[in-house]
Amino acid sequence: MITKLNVTSIMVLDKDEALDFYVNKLGLEKGQDVKQGSYRWLTVRVPGDATEISLEEPGSPIHDEATAAQIRELITKGALGGLVFKADDIRGLYETLKSRGVTDFTQEPTDHFYGTDMGIRDPFGNAIRILQQGKVANKARA
Amino acid sequence: MSREVEEMNRRLLRARDAMDRAYAEPLNVPAVAAVAHLSEAHFIRCFRAAFGETPHRYLQRRRVERSMFLLRETERSVTDICFDVGFTSRGTFSRMFREIVGEAPSDYREGHGPMVAPNCFQLWAMRPRMAAGPATQSSSFGDDGAAAAP
Repeated sequence: MITKLNVTSIMVLDKDEALDFYVNKLGLEKGQDVKQGSYRWLTVRVPGDATEISLEEPGSPIHDEATAAQIRELITKGALGGLVFKADDIRGLYETLKSRGVTDFTQEPTDHFYGTDMGIRDPFGNAIRILQQGKVANKARA
Repeated sequence: MSREVEEMNRRLLRARDAMDRAYAEPLNVPAVAAVAHLSEAHFIRCFRAAFGETPHRYLQRRRVERSMFLLRETERSVTDICFDVGFTSRGTFSRMFREIVGEAPSDYREGHGPMVAPNCFQLWAMRPRMAAGPATQSSSFGDDGAAAAP
């Protein structure tokens, strides 16, 4: 029987730029980085988690150029899905992301009955949602 | 050519996100167009080409989606919700809601309880498609026409 999600993937426009965002801004760790012919197998991981997130770039050798152009258009429209994470201190993370130069927030930390979540976009348009579950202590809000 | 389209899409997406963040405020098209580094007219054309509807229509459906959320999840009056989500007239809100959702706000509230899907999925997936057919669609924003998309 299946025991784990091993690898998921996200489509990006540029693997180097994606690596910089997901590791240096978002705080994930680099996983695999291996050249296999003309293909670069590049993954990131949540620190302490085994599931690899493969950073995929449309184009050769996987896609013909017409298909790659279609995919790139969809990525930049935000139409190709994204990633959903959990965090232990969402408001702290929000401040950290701002200090690291992240500006594309789709939603500032917002409280719900199930916890507090926020939304950002990676440089290419993919939606990133981050949730801190449960009651979050916060300052009084207007 | 492709690179220009991608950069344009990304800027339009950024502008669309700006609209979503301030959905309850009056739509300031020049300000949103500036987020995309475009003139107002060009922005409206390019937004529609990329996302299938004008910025005005997109914002209307976002506001109606948020009002659907408040109708389901809170006890606030329909009038309060109307103003909460950025409409300035109860009559306009009710007409727009009925046109887009297919029933009056109070009837919608009657037929729906709170949903358990997380907020992000509600925002993403619950924006209503146009319920009325082309013959009954009307727009005060000049985006009518044979090619008008829902």
